[in-house]
Amino acid sequence: MSSRRIFARPARFAAIAPYVWMVLFFLVPFAFVLKISLSLTAIAQPPYEPVFDLMAGWDALKAAFAALSIDNFKLLVSDDIYVFAYVRSLTVAVTATALLLLIGYPIAYGMARLPKSWQAVAMVLVIVPFWTSFLIRIYAWINILQHDGLLNQILLALHLVSQPLVWLSTNSAMYIGIVYSYLPFMILPLYATLAKMEPALEEAAGDLGAPPWQVFWLVTFPLSLPGVGAGVLLCFIPIVGEFVIPDLLAGSNSLMIGQTLWLEFFTNKDWPVASAAAIVLLVVLLVPLLLYERLQKRQLEQGR
Amino acid sequence: MRKVSRLSRFNVASLALGLAFLYLPILILVIYSFNASRLVTVWGGWSLRWYHEFFNDRAMIEAAWMSFRVAVSSATIATLLGTLAAVALSRGERFRGRTLFSGMLYAPLVMPEVITGLSLLLLFVALNAERGFWTVTIAHTTLTMCFVAVVVQSRLGSLDRSLEEAAMDLGCDPVRAFLSMTLPLIAPAIVAGWMLAFTLSLDDLVIASFTTGPGSATLPIRIYSEVRLGVKPEINAICTLVIALIAVVIVIASLASKLSSSQGESAAPL
Repeated sequence: MSSRRIFARPARFAAIAPYVWMVLFFLVPFAFVLKISLSLTAIAQPPYEPVFDLMAGWDALKAAFAALSIDNFKLLVSDDIYVFAYVRSLTVAVTATALLLLIGYPIAYGMARLPKSWQAVAMVLVIVPFWTSFLIRIYAWINILQHDGLLNQILLALHLVSQPLVWLSTNSAMYIGIVYSYLPFMILPLYATLAKMEPALEEAAGDLGAPPWQVFWLVTFPLSLPGVGAGVLLCFIPIVGEFVIPDLLAGSNSLMIGQTLWLEFFTNKDWPVASAAAIVLLVVLLVPLLLYERLQKRQLEQGR
Repeated sequence: MRKVSRLSRFNVASLALGLAFLYLPILILVIYSFNASRLVTVWGGWSLRWYHEFFNDRAMIEAAWMSFRVAVSSATIATLLGTLAAVALSRGERFRGRTLFSGMLYAPLVMPEVITGLSLLLLFVALNAERGFWTVTIAHTTLTMCFVAVVVQSRLGSLDRSLEEAAMDLGCDPVRAFLSMTLPLIAPAIVAGWMLAFTLSLDDLVIASFTTGPGSATLPIRIYSEVRLGVKPEINAICTLVIALIAVVIVIASLASKLSSSQGESAAPL
């Protein structure tokens, strides 16, 4: 026991370098986002007018806080473009996450039912695409979905359609791309809980006369809820901020918030509004995170 | 292994379909990279023409080299910092600001990349730092050290602590005990962490776009700007090369984690 204590002291010193790094390159940048979101838009370079200067001393800082402008945030609420972008991002994320759950669950379930030695192989097979560049995977779908791409060629050859269908720049293409890219993130946490589950519980339900769907709905699914929660969270949050997949696969008529933010920043060069949009997005995403944490805490308490 | 838990036909079908869905698009891409035809969708026989084209494309080669350098340096720094962070979190017990520290380490794992990229760019602009190799490297290090920390921490968590304690009882000071006992045991996880950081950096488009400057595009940035203009067969070839490189990395990483799991409990899944 005492040697464990002795070890703890140098181990604590190990935190110094990564701690300083994360404060410098993770925490401090948010201070800048916050600062610029409260600044005025200007055409100058850099394209914003600081409202307060951190170096100007305490009195100047107090005066600046008194005159803080929240105009950028007001603009976000009043301008339809932003409201639509947030609503669309959330809609897309909810729909895509539901699709992912629907498609990922049977795959994870099938993996968990494999013999032990095969489970490891299946897991590697699911992880490998996750390691493969997601840009390349999206590009692979462009190959398939384009006007004279493989999908239309197959459909034409089978005489299912008389002329090529439009796939690219549609919502369906975007959902295909999102489901494809995020599937491993859904399967892995689901598989982790399903593989740990006691098969005797399902057998007992079956022996007591429950038909398979009842066994699934009353026993398996409720027991897999922690995995469902983790998978949903792992997919939902990044999809809300997704930028590349909708940009390449969906039409440009209705933008998600990630794209709007990007355009505002690089094309319109309105840094204050882009920063404000980023902060609102961050606050929106805190909601599912906090919900998940509460849920986990409750499950832990129930488990005891 | 009675009736409910047995592998049903439905299980097999969903597994097979799922794996086909995951692999077919990549397979098609690889096959078409050897297509002789200029039209991406018309099969014109096998050819290495597009690979040849890539190796004569200076801008692409430069972008690939830039990506490679960034990936190696950011993965190396991230592995150092991430391992230190993992040691502090799993062996340091309580220290001041521990909650904030672990929060900062987990936040980038779920945060949308647009926000991470934007905030880092604003920092670099405020510092008046010249954007290019180093800013991208710093940005990638910040993101990937969190993944390294998770991988190494899970290995440290499954390690028997009495080994370290025994070393110290035999007269090692804590640092010696760590270097001679713990470090060799977690080495496979550290290797796997480096590989993960390397591929994540090689893959990243969004954060790199925010943090790089003019004239120092990474490979994903180049590919992205080409893809937006339409499909070109040369891109198929580049993508196949990247897939091949990542496949090599995966083989090494899985060998490392196999080594790690044969020494103890199961290794980290990533």
